[in-house]
Amino acid sequence: MVELVVETTTTWTKRGRGVKPVAFDYYRPQGIAEAVALLSDKGDEAAILAGGMTLGPMLNLRVVRPRAVIDISRIAALKTISVRANVVVTGAGVTQSDALNSDIIVREVPLLAMALPWVGHFQTRNRGTLGGSVAHADPSAEIPLALVASGGTIVLQSRRGQRRVAAREFFVGALVTQRQPDEILTALEWPRSPPDTGHAFTEIAQRHGDFAIAAAACGVRLGKEDQVEELLLAIGGVEDRPVAIDVNGFLGRPAAKMAVDLSEHAAAIVNPLEDHSASADYRIALTKVLVERAVNAAVGLAWQRRNRLQ
Amino acid sequence: MTTLYRAAHERVSIELTLNGQRRSGEAEPRMLLCDFLRHELQAFGVHVGCEHGVCGACTILVDGRAVRSCTQYVAQADGVDIVTVEGLAEPDTLNEVQRAFAKHHALQCGFCTPGILCSVTHFLRDTPKPDEQQVRDMLSGHICRCTGYASIVTAILEAAAVLSQKS
Repeated sequence: MVELVVETTTTWTKRGRGVKPVAFDYYRPQGIAEAVALLSDKGDEAAILAGGMTLGPMLNLRVVRPRAVIDISRIAALKTISVRANVVVTGAGVTQSDALNSDIIVREVPLLAMALPWVGHFQTRNRGTLGGSVAHADPSAEIPLALVASGGTIVLQSRRGQRRVAAREFFVGALVTQRQPDEILTALEWPRSPPDTGHAFTEIAQRHGDFAIAAAACGVRLGKEDQVEELLLAIGGVEDRPVAIDVNGFLGRPAAKMAVDLSEHAAAIVNPLEDHSASADYRIALTKVLVERAVNAAVGLAWQRRNRLQ
Repeated sequence: MTTLYRAAHERVSIELTLNGQRRSGEAEPRMLLCDFLRHELQAFGVHVGCEHGVCGACTILVDGRAVRSCTQYVAQADGVDIVTVEGLAEPDTLNEVQRAFAKHHALQCGFCTPGILCSVTHFLRDTPKPDEQQVRDMLSGHICRCTGYASIVTAILEAAAVLSQKS
């Protein structure tokens, strides 16, 4: 007798079709402690999955082939934004769009709010996280650049405890950071920006939302005589990591005449990458243009804000 | 607190809301959500293009947000509320955005359209009176090779005007 085989709706997947990533052990911890314990056991055999805007494509293309995936996207404790005495703490799992829509971020960390519209697209920001972008450390990524420019800190958690690493030391090279294989990036700390600070974020990419060929982030605060009281400047996409530019020589100078000098100073310091999207010379040229634009815009905003607050 | 665990090749059962109906199914956790929606739940309006988050064809609404369904995995969708293009209007009717798309020829082959319609739904909820630049910025997350986008922009702006007049 011939047995009648009923094709159910699940047949398609039972044949092992319809999957793109390699087979992996899947873990979905509910809390940070469980996630840390899992990662301590698995180390670099595990990949941490948050928003999946970077790991997803890499899994689908099998560029990464993890033995285990630890999905931290349901850990509520990683999704908070809180204000402390000197810093705003963003949980690693805060999505880019939640940060962009946060009054706290707009008020206290305006540079991040200015950088976020450049990160991917509306649809990817709805899921992509702040921590994911920093942990991945793409040289052209905007969130790491904003963090370096702001002088922020990365919080890492492992079984050995918690440690904080300054953003300016965290990024080692393209996709390489100080994070050890057993550490989870749990939060970012952003220094609170004084209300009379002006910021600007400028970028050149082939199309808006593409990877930056070069980007500049600037923050400035002016004194009574319009001299530079405080100055932050960092460049992204040009070297293999976001770089903070040493601006000590510019403190106390008249802000109005600073932009061109500062842009030449930055262009002389950076050691640009060369790749399919741009030559080293072009990146130097962009550095000059972007720094000049960012500094002018930030100074203009700082001037407005200081006058409004007086 | 418990950790959900599935060994490699083991399947996971999930339950979710799809276009207002409770649905369930099972698959390996690594299966892409877009493939699960199409092949397990027959939501064929979810189109699969680049499969790495770039083209926007697979965009759906998850808990009200426009997101890619090709860079999420089955196990992540347990308990969520999903709306696909099938759920944007009553069967055999068009909503205001869809009507404007038809009127302005905002689609030709239609492959990108379901994703764009889902994005527009979320976008207009957040930005009820967008200007052209905002519409184009939102559309930068979708690739359309037929229209040149101009007709899509026109349709979205018209639909936004109609909808904000109604409310």
